[in-house]
Amino acid sequence: MKCFCESQGVRKKQIVDSIQTFGAKTLHRLLAFIHKEFLHIIRDPRTLVILFGIPAAQILIFGYVISMDIREVQIAVVDLSRDTISRQLIHKFDASNYFRVSHMLNSVNEVEKILKSGSVKEVLVFESGFGTRFMREGEAMMGLIVDTSEPNTGRLVASYSEALIADFNRELAMAGRLKIVPAVRMLYNPALQNEYMFVPGLMTLILMLICALMTSITITREKEFGSMEVLLVSPLRPMQIILGKVAPYLLLAFGDVLLILAMANFVFGLPVKGSLMLLLLESVLYIGLALSLGILISTVSKTMQQAMFISLIGLMLPSILLSGFIFPLENMPLFYQIISLILPPRWFIIIVKNIMLKGTGFRFVWKETLVLIVMTAIFISISAKKFKIRLE
Amino acid sequence: MPTLYYLLQKEFIQIRRNKFMARVIILVPIVQMLILVPAVTFDIKGIDLCVVDLDLSSTSRELVNALQGSQFFKVRRMTFSMQEAQNQMNRDEIDVILHIPTSFERNLMVNDAASLQLLINGINGALAQTTLVYFTGVITEFNRRIVMEHIVLKPVSASPQIVTRTRYWYNPELNYRIYMAPGILAILVTSIGFLLSGMNLVREKEIGTSEQINVTPIKKHEFILGKMIPFMVIGVVDLAFGLVLARLVYAMPFVGNLLLLVGFTLIYLLAVMGLGLFLSSFANTQQQYLFVCFFFMMIFILMSGIFTPAESMPAWAQQVNQLNPAAYFIRVVRMIVLKGSGISDVGWDMARLSLLAISTTVFASLKYKKTIS
Amino acid sequence: MQQIPVILVRHLVKKFGTFVANDDLTFDVFKGEVFGFLGANGAGKTTAMRILCGLSRPTSGELRVDGLDVHKQAEAIKKRIGYMSQKFSLYKDLTVYENMRLFGGIYGLSLHDLKSRIDQLLGQLDLRKQRDTLIADLPLGWQQKLAFSVAILHHPSIVFLDEPTAGVDPFTRRQFWELIYKAAYEGITVFVTTHYMDEAEYCDRVSIMSEGKIVALDKPAALKKHYGVGSMNEVFLRIARSEEEADSR
Repeated sequence: MKCFCESQGVRKKQIVDSIQTFGAKTLHRLLAFIHKEFLHIIRDPRTLVILFGIPAAQILIFGYVISMDIREVQIAVVDLSRDTISRQLIHKFDASNYFRVSHMLNSVNEVEKILKSGSVKEVLVFESGFGTRFMREGEAMMGLIVDTSEPNTGRLVASYSEALIADFNRELAMAGRLKIVPAVRMLYNPALQNEYMFVPGLMTLILMLICALMTSITITREKEFGSMEVLLVSPLRPMQIILGKVAPYLLLAFGDVLLILAMANFVFGLPVKGSLMLLLLESVLYIGLALSLGILISTVSKTMQQAMFISLIGLMLPSILLSGFIFPLENMPLFYQIISLILPPRWFIIIVKNIMLKGTGFRFVWKETLVLIVMTAIFISISAKKFKIRLE
Repeated sequence: MPTLYYLLQKEFIQIRRNKFMARVIILVPIVQMLILVPAVTFDIKGIDLCVVDLDLSSTSRELVNALQGSQFFKVRRMTFSMQEAQNQMNRDEIDVILHIPTSFERNLMVNDAASLQLLINGINGALAQTTLVYFTGVITEFNRRIVMEHIVLKPVSASPQIVTRTRYWYNPELNYRIYMAPGILAILVTSIGFLLSGMNLVREKEIGTSEQINVTPIKKHEFILGKMIPFMVIGVVDLAFGLVLARLVYAMPFVGNLLLLVGFTLIYLLAVMGLGLFLSSFANTQQQYLFVCFFFMMIFILMSGIFTPAESMPAWAQQVNQLNPAAYFIRVVRMIVLKGSGISDVGWDMARLSLLAISTTVFASLKYKKTIS
Repeated sequence: MQQIPVILVRHLVKKFGTFVANDDLTFDVFKGEVFGFLGANGAGKTTAMRILCGLSRPTSGELRVDGLDVHKQAEAIKKRIGYMSQKFSLYKDLTVYENMRLFGGIYGLSLHDLKSRIDQLLGQLDLRKQRDTLIADLPLGWQQKLAFSVAILHHPSIVFLDEPTAGVDPFTRRQFWELIYKAAYEGITVFVTTHYMDEAEYCDRVSIMSEGKIVALDKPAALKKHYGVGSMNEVFLRIARSEEEADSR
C-alpha cells in the first residue's frame, strides 16, 4: 500500500483539493464531488462505449440479427420417387418462409454426410414408390431426419415440417363436411415481433450491468489503488463518498432507460402501452437496487478482478439465464426457480413487460415493486454495516 | 528462446500464486457446468391453458379433453368470464385462452362449421408460433375424428394422406444439457482467451511493471508469446476439465476426435488472444480494458448464435459472422462433440479461423509498442 | 578516461502536441561519472531520460548512448543500459530471487553467471536472507535498493535512475548512494534524476533543468562558486528566482 500512495499522490491531492476548495456546506461539497466524478466518467470515451454503446448494440443485434424463431432454414431432399405429389410437397417446403431446399441428394447414404457437415438441418426422404402408394393405398410414409444437436432449432424444424405436411394433407383432402375453424388472436404482440420479448429483457440486464458492475469496479479500484483512504480522511462522510461515486451512474443509467425506450419506439415501433411515468419510476427504483448491489459487491471484494468476477459470474450470468429473459423460467427445475426468486432481474422484467407491453397499471405490479424495495433496503443495510466494520 | 522460458516461468509462478485466479480457473468450469447447464432449457413442458367454455356441450367438452390429452396443453383454469381469463393472462398465470362460444355444437351440427376463439400471449413470438402449430395439430385431428364419428351414415371416401416418421439425429431425446454444455464451454474458453489474457497485459501497464520490461532488449514477439502461451494452456486444460465434467454429470457423448477439438481450440484461442492483446493497447487500466473487451465479447457471443438458431440470421449478419471467431468456435465445438464431424467437415472453418488468428496476432504484434506515446 | 562521452545529446527536442517538454537540450555524460539531472517537477527530466532509454521517441535531435544512435539502434542500446523507474516496477508477487532470475534471463545471462551475480548483489545489499521473500513483503527502502540491483544485474555501461530515493528515509538514502558509488567505481556510468539538493552534492556533475531547458551544467563546486553560495540548495533557489524574474519581465 505504501508505495501506491507515493505514485498516486498527485491524483489524491487533486481529489482532496477538489473536495476542500468547495464551500463548507456538506451538500455543496457533495454536489461538487458528484460533479467531478461525473466528468471523470464521461470524459473517458471507453466508458461511454460501455454506457451507451452496449445498449444500442444489443438492441440492434436482437432486433435485426437474432431470432428465436426459424427462417429460411436450409434443408436437403432425397426424392427416390420423383412424382407429382413429392414434387408438390417439396415445392411447398421451399415456398414457405421457414425452409429453403438447398440440396437434392441421390441416395439415403448421403444423409449422414450432409448433416455432419452442418450445411442442412433436416432431410426429407421420399422412398421410391411414394406417389404410387399415396394414390393406391391412400397413405404413404415419408421420413424427416432432423439434426437435433441444437434441440431448440431441431424441435422447431420438426414441428414446422409436420405442420406443413398436415396442411398439405388438408389441402388435398376433399373438404370434410364438419369443421371447426379457430379464430386466433395474438395478444399484446399481434405481429409476433421479436422486440416484444427482448426489449424488457435487455433493459433489465443492461441496467444491472451498468449499475452493479461499473460501480463495484469503480469503488474497488479506489480501494485497490489506495485513493479511498484519502477520500476517507476528507471532510466528506463515508456514505457521502459512496453516494458521490454512485450518483453519476444513477443519472447515466437513467439515460440508458430513455435510450432503450426511444430506440424501441422509433426503431422498432414498440411504444410504452401503459404509464410512461410509472415505468420510469420503477426504473429508478431498479437502478437504485442495482447500485446498492454494486456497493455490496465492492464491500466484499478486495481487488477489481474479484469485483469483476463476482459481478459477471455471480450476477450477470444468473441474470441472463434465470430471469426468464431468454429461457422460460417455468420449465426449469424447481431449484432454479427458487434461486431466481432472489434475483432482482426476475421481478423487474415482469414489471416492464406488464407496463410496457400489456399496458397494465400499478395494480398488477405492486407485489413485484414491493419485492424490489425490500431487496434494496436489505442490500443497503448490509453494505452500510460492512463499510462501517472496515473503517473501524 | 531462453528469454521465453524465463517469461513463461514468471507467468506461471504469478498465476499459481494468485489465489483468486487459481480459484477462478478451477471453480468457474465447475459452477458453469453443474449449475448453469441444467438451468437453461427451451424445453416446452406444458402450455398453460385457460378454457372459457360457454357452450358446455359434449363436443366442446370432448375438444377440451383432446387438448388436455395432448402432451403440450395443460388446462389450468376453467371460467365463464373472459374478463377473468384476461386478468389471469395479465398476471402471466396462463399462456393461452380458448374461448368456446355458446351454440358451438349446434353450429357445428347445423351449419357444418363452428368457430372458436384462441387468444395466445404473443410476447414470446417463437413460443406463440409453436403454440399455434400444436393447437392446429390437435384441431386437425379432432376434425377428422368428428367427421368419422358423426357422418357414419354418409360415408365419405377417405382422402389420401401422408404420414410422417420423424427421426431426431445426434440428440434424439432433445436433451438441452448436451447442447448447452459445449456452448457454455465455449463461453468459458472465450473469457479465458479474450478477457483474462488482455487483462493480464493491461495490469502490467497499470502497475508499472511493463516499463521495466520495455527497457530491456526483449523482443516483441517473445513478450507476446509469453503472455499467450500460459492462457492457451489454461484454456485447453479448462476445456478438457469441462468436457470431463459434462461427460460424468450429463453423460454428454463425445463422438468426435479429441485431437481435432484441441487443435481447433488452440487456433480459436490464438484468434481471440490476438484480438484481446490488440485491444489492450488502447487501454491504460484494467477497468477500461474490461469494458471494451466486454463490449466485443458480448457482440461476438450473441452474434454467434450460441442459444439461438444461427440459420435464421439475415444474410448480412451471416457475412459479418465470417469475421467472428466465436461463431466458428461455437458451431464447430458442437459439430465435433455431438456429431463427430471430422476434418473434412470442419476443414474450411479451420482454414478461415486460422486466417483470422494469424491476422489478429500480427496486428497485435504490430500494435504493441515498447514505447510510451 | 574522463573525457569519453557515453551519452551524447545534441539539440534534443520533444514535443507533446504543442507542449514542448524538452527544448533544445545539448549535453554530454562522460564514462564513469555520476551525472545528476536536476529540476523541479515537470521540468522535463523524466521525459529526457525516457528518450535516452528508448521508452519514448524524440521529436528531433542527435542522440547517442554508448556510441549507438537512439533513433536507429534503440533495441541494441537496451542491452547496454539499466533503468530504474520512478514508479516501482518489479513484480511484487514474485520473490527477490525470482525477479532477479527473470530480468537476468531476459538480458541473456547464463544460469551459472546469473546465480553468482545474484549471490554477489544480494551479499552487497545484505539481503541474502530475504532471497525467497515476496517483494510485496519487503519495506519500501529495501524494494528500492533491490530495484537498483536489478537495473545493474547485467553489467550495463550506463544505469538510468529516475528519482530513486523518493519517499525513502534519510538513512536508507545514504545506503543507496553508497550503492551508486560502488557501481560507479565498477565503471558503470550513473545518470540520476533527483529533487533532493543534498544528493546533488554527491554527483560529479549536475545539470539543472527548468521549463524544458538546461539552465546550468557544471560540477557542484563550480556552480556554488559561480553563484557565490554555500550549498546546492541555494544554487537551485537562485536559479529558480532568476527564472521567475525572467518570466515576469
